[in-house]
Amino acid sequence: MRTAITVLRKDLLLELRGLETLPAMILFAIVTFVIFHFGLNRDTIDGQLAGGVLTVTLLFAAMLGINRLFVAEREQGGFDAFLLAPVDRSALLVAKATALFLFLVVLEVIAVPAFGLLLLGPSLGHALPGLVAVLALGDVALAVIGTLVSAIAVQTRARDLIGPIIGLPLLLPALIGMARGAGPLLVAHGSSAPPGKWVAILALYDVVFALLSYAVFDFLLED
Amino acid sequence: MTTYGRGLRGLSLAAAATITAALALTFFYAPLDANQGFIQKIFYIHVPLAITALCGFVFGGVLGAMYLRTGERKWDIRSYVAIHMALIFGVGTLLTGTIWAKASWGHWWVWSDPTLTSFLIVMLLFATYQPLRFSIEDPERQSRYASVFAVVAGAFVPLNFIAVRAAQAYVHPRVLTLTGGNLPGSMRLTFLVALVGVALLYVTLWKYEMAAKSARMQVRALRRALLGEDSVAPLKRSAAPS
Amino acid sequence: MSGLLIAVAPALPLHTAGKYVAGAYIVFLALVLIYVGIMASRLSRTERELIDLRRDVEAQRAARDPDREREPVA
Repeated sequence: MRTAITVLRKDLLLELRGLETLPAMILFAIVTFVIFHFGLNRDTIDGQLAGGVLTVTLLFAAMLGINRLFVAEREQGGFDAFLLAPVDRSALLVAKATALFLFLVVLEVIAVPAFGLLLLGPSLGHALPGLVAVLALGDVALAVIGTLVSAIAVQTRARDLIGPIIGLPLLLPALIGMARGAGPLLVAHGSSAPPGKWVAILALYDVVFALLSYAVFDFLLED
Repeated sequence: MTTYGRGLRGLSLAAAATITAALALTFFYAPLDANQGFIQKIFYIHVPLAITALCGFVFGGVLGAMYLRTGERKWDIRSYVAIHMALIFGVGTLLTGTIWAKASWGHWWVWSDPTLTSFLIVMLLFATYQPLRFSIEDPERQSRYASVFAVVAGAFVPLNFIAVRAAQAYVHPRVLTLTGGNLPGSMRLTFLVALVGVALLYVTLWKYEMAAKSARMQVRALRRALLGEDSVAPLKRSAAPS
Repeated sequence: MSGLLIAVAPALPLHTAGKYVAGAYIVFLALVLIYVGIMASRLSRTERELIDLRRDVEAQRAARDPDREREPVA
């Protein structure tokens, strides 16, 4: 546990000092909202369309972060150092996934209000608690799968390509859950609570893949 | 040293016999469906292919887990072949499925069909298996990463079906339910025979592929032993474990 | 909605349905036969490799011991 916290602090400090990945993710999300405005030729969207647009935008912004997650370790020998240290290897998974989760949270703190400003028709107010719950569960899925896929991809030749093509199909159930969970919330006078069915599916997905990733991560780190 | 060829002849005869019986039952015994008519006969090849493909993917995951546990090369090769075969059966599923969709509902593809959509997603995922293997040069790492992928992807299969099914209205005929299905007896018999036949075909082809790979490896090992390391040309880069 | 669609839109009549059913089963047969074809070429390649191996082993033995009478590699 302490190892995970140490590695997490290292990653957060690196990002804070360098400030590369997070601004890129945020900028990317906002530009994507603009593209959607023009692509869909709509001033406002709501309901399921809004849920879908928000999910897709967050997904692709997340991909930017995922691609960069292990690059520093790969290029500067961080993997070897980690393997030599007498620590539990899964701590790296926990640390990286938590870092990615925190990045996604910061991204959403900025992107969701931007979405409300730029594209969303109905006001965010009543939707916010339910939306936070759905996005939080979705972020766990993105963080876990993103870390797993990034660890696999960083050791291959086609690094930037393998990550998304493996990750996107794997993430589909979670993305369906996010989009369908958020959709009913983003309606004028809509409910504040997301549909229970989708929350349940997201939670199930998170639990299964978190456990699975924890179980297999060791094998990815062996030399 | 496992010999995969042993029992292969008996197995393939059993598969051929069962599939022939299934075809005969399909066209001479099973009654005509009230709603779909003759089109429904596709069901007897499409669904067994689908079930076998999905089980094949899960089987590949189990074999991958065995590799991770034991580190023995043979499990990785078995896992690779299982997934490879399941992909082929999956292509058959998608092709027969679109033909059925076109004949029944007039479109080659229907998004409102959760089963076909889930299946497409699973196929998209497993289509990345070979590019993944191909992009890792070190053979031991390749086997390890492929096995991790096989395990995660194998676990993904049931989850994916749950999610997509929850998302969509039921257009796909729901003939198979947890309570054993609402097929009339004669149809159920035909379906079961077809399922067993396709499953036997899968196992037969899997063994066949393993035997071919094993033979090739033996020849190379023999050449290496008899004539020295240099006489064996290194295999051109390929996704398959050698 | 889609359920209504199924009830209202009948499947194809018998004389055109046959083509689709035949098509589906032909797809299945084609896949199996293509696989058999691929395995056949693999088999002939393995056979060729064995023939080459045998020839090379015999050549090596002949080179090593040109005088002594030996049984050919069976």
